[in-house]
Amino acid sequence: MSAPLLHTVVQIADDHLISGHRLSEWCGHAPMLEEDLSMPNMALDLIGQARTLYSYAARLENKGRTEDDFAYLRTDREYQNCLLVERPNTDFAHTMLRQLYFATYMKFFWESMHESSDETLSALSHKAIKEISYHVRHCGEWVVRLGDGTTESAEKMSDAVQALHPYTEELFEVDESRQHGIDKGIFPDHANLKTQWQNTIDAIFVQAKLTLPEIGFAQTGGRKGLHTEDFGMLLAQLQYLPRAYPGASW
Amino acid sequence: MYSQGLIGADDKTAEDQAFLDAFQKRIDAEEKIEPNDPMPAAYRSTLIRMIGQHAHSEIVGMLPEGNWITRAPSLRRKVALLAKVQDEGGHGLYLYSAAETLGVSREQMTEELLSGKAKYSSIFNYPTPTWADIGTIGWLVDGAAIMNQVPLCRCSYGPYARAMIRVCKEESFHQRQGYELVQNLCAGTTEQKAMAQDSLNRWWWPSLMMFGPSDTDSQHSDLSMKWKIKRFTNDELRQKFVDATVPQAKLIGLSMPDADLKWNADKNNGQGGYDFGAIDWDEFWRVVKGHGMMNKDRIKARKKAWDDGAWVREAAQAYAKKQNTQVAAA
Repeated sequence: MSAPLLHTVVQIADDHLISGHRLSEWCGHAPMLEEDLSMPNMALDLIGQARTLYSYAARLENKGRTEDDFAYLRTDREYQNCLLVERPNTDFAHTMLRQLYFATYMKFFWESMHESSDETLSALSHKAIKEISYHVRHCGEWVVRLGDGTTESAEKMSDAVQALHPYTEELFEVDESRQHGIDKGIFPDHANLKTQWQNTIDAIFVQAKLTLPEIGFAQTGGRKGLHTEDFGMLLAQLQYLPRAYPGASW
Repeated sequence: MYSQGLIGADDKTAEDQAFLDAFQKRIDAEEKIEPNDPMPAAYRSTLIRMIGQHAHSEIVGMLPEGNWITRAPSLRRKVALLAKVQDEGGHGLYLYSAAETLGVSREQMTEELLSGKAKYSSIFNYPTPTWADIGTIGWLVDGAAIMNQVPLCRCSYGPYARAMIRVCKEESFHQRQGYELVQNLCAGTTEQKAMAQDSLNRWWWPSLMMFGPSDTDSQHSDLSMKWKIKRFTNDELRQKFVDATVPQAKLIGLSMPDADLKWNADKNNGQGGYDFGAIDWDEFWRVVKGHGMMNKDRIKARKKAWDDGAWVREAAQAYAKKQNTQVAAA
């Protein structure tokens, strides 16, 4: 087993589960019926990818844990998703921007992963890239529509940028495990990912008539298991049944 | 999910006899009526009301199950539930589109839902306090929906009949998925089995009410049957549902909350069937009239989504308008 690889795979899985969970909260409450279909659709893609990644983590670890053990029986200090994906939905502008930031990162990540020396992740990247490219398109189009829509929507979009941009730095954070994977040709070089990400976001922001804010201080911590307060409530909901009925199978 | 036996339908129409006879001839020849075909005003208004009620039921029906999406107990259950609720939204979308072919807009229908003018299936005004309710709804509520909707695949109005074909395939999957969930609880711990039984106790009678008032009290079935909008009466469908469902409960060790339920070999022209106890129609009408436990919360949730989303819809329209102006200017 490779401990550094396991560590990073769990981080990526956590990003996907939490991102999908947040999107799933919209189901039945979206601004229009079409979005009541498309947000769950994206949530299904993300949770599906999380399942594949947790199952791979379980194989790497080889201690008999399952995807559900990873999702339902770890505490918030053990979860290592980036803070961006756990940020509350707030409104449709925040949600679309959060998903755009994350999906754009994942799109370039999976694109590079076609060449990964890890066969499992490389195989997953071919499926994931199709799904995540749609997320970038869908969320990117909404960011443009809202940014260049009405005065009200432009204000809400701009508030979302102010609120969420400080969390984007963490996407490119490289800890010891990830660096190990980069050195072994498993994961892509993150400096390069950041350039690609920035170029895409810049182009969308031009169309959306949005300006990039100055980030005084980047918010990070999720990769070390240090989360915002909202995250505890998310996990309380997510894990309620398996915690209330230990050992039951569902 | 499903619309209930139609609540309210037009039984008067203004066309002359020759027109009505010609229309009836087409119906009797099993021809499909299409959007641009001539049709009696009451046929149109009954279908608008029926398809509208069905669409609203799908949309409101997303709420009781959606209540458990964030709390589903395994990742497999979570994706299955999310996909199911998404399917219900998809059904709502086709049904609104089918209704639009009759000359009513989705916005108009939505406003009628939010103002309380339009009805939706009363079953969704019951709460989902436990995870077992997710299985029970799939098993019973989608099961009842299938009983009602399979004949609607042969409805005389083409767009509705065609929408129902796809809807029925998905409902059938939901029904099996729901039953499997309940079956799993029954095979689990004592607490899980008790959760399943409690859920069945709460949902059984409301599920029987889904078929609508008894034939003796339903004033509108005749014309709907004559025009082949409906193919079976409310009571015929309810009996089919009881006969199909009682053995399913027995198989997984659950008992129906009905002391009067018993096999009657003479029923259904000697094929046998179950006699069952009296339905509490006072409860049914109370819930239809807005006094169920969740009526107000359901409409409030739909209204909140609609009102909170207004700025998004306005922005999308404003952006599209700007784009069109730019294209026109170029």
